[in-house]
Amino acid sequence: MDFILEPWAWYVGGPLIAISLLLYFYFGKNFGASTNFETLCTMAGAGMFSDYFKKDWKERDFALLFVIGLVIGGYLSSTYLIPNQQIDLNPTTVNELTDLGFSNVGAHYFPEEIFGEEVFYTLKGFLILLVSGVLVGFGTRYAGGCTSGHAITGLSSLQFPSLLAVIGFFIGGIIATWLIIPSIF
Amino acid sequence: MFKFQSFHMYGIIGGAVVISMVFMQLFKRGIIKDIHGNKIHPKQKKKGIISPLLGGTFFGLGWGISGACAAPIFVIFGFKLIPALLLLVGALLGAFLYGLLSKKLPN
Repeated sequence: MDFILEPWAWYVGGPLIAISLLLYFYFGKNFGASTNFETLCTMAGAGMFSDYFKKDWKERDFALLFVIGLVIGGYLSSTYLIPNQQIDLNPTTVNELTDLGFSNVGAHYFPEEIFGEEVFYTLKGFLILLVSGVLVGFGTRYAGGCTSGHAITGLSSLQFPSLLAVIGFFIGGIIATWLIIPSIF
Repeated sequence: MFKFQSFHMYGIIGGAVVISMVFMQLFKRGIIKDIHGNKIHPKQKKKGIISPLLGGTFFGLGWGISGACAAPIFVIFGFKLIPALLLLVGALLGAFLYGLLSKKLPN
């Protein structure tokens, strides 16, 4: 049973996501994660500032359960299923990241330089997370979906806007990886 | 993922998409129905050229820097509380910002 404690291979993770999608649709819902940001904003009262948020959030209450499920999933897997966080990265990747100043590349799922205590003590650490979050929140709403909604649901149902969204994801991801990370680290 | 030096993420997303495509066909032909016995219709994405492309790019930037996409922000919260909270606050701000600007943005 030890294989449960190793990182799960892509051919396990991918199908599990598809099964998750199946369950969502079976229960009459859509498979997507980014609408939760809108729902949370609406619940927090954003309707006072903008008509966009005057939605009936009660009909999206399953979204809250989804969010809670995600948190529980993260907690359970991190506490019980990940005894060591070694990642099997391509050695070239490890070298390139080390050159940029990252230490212990591949030893943690979350690089300390972005997710560690820097977050509390430096403006840079704080801003990196906050700004990334803003980009994710704004971008997913502008595009109308995230990797779950567009890349998986949208592409598998052959919708053209989703293809455009995924192209956008790649453009952004490549710019981030090749231009932004090297310039901030 | 974006250094193209590792297959893992492509395997996950690609694998999920391929299998989901099969499911989508089963939905379309009514072979799999939902719990109420109705035919399953995935929601149509909003039409537009600039919005998915530009929105996707913004998202890709945030994803590329932090490594977190939408659902993972909540998963990370179960893992490492405070950093995830910053990501979440950012995401809510971003979504809020979009809500305020939505009428004025190109489609």
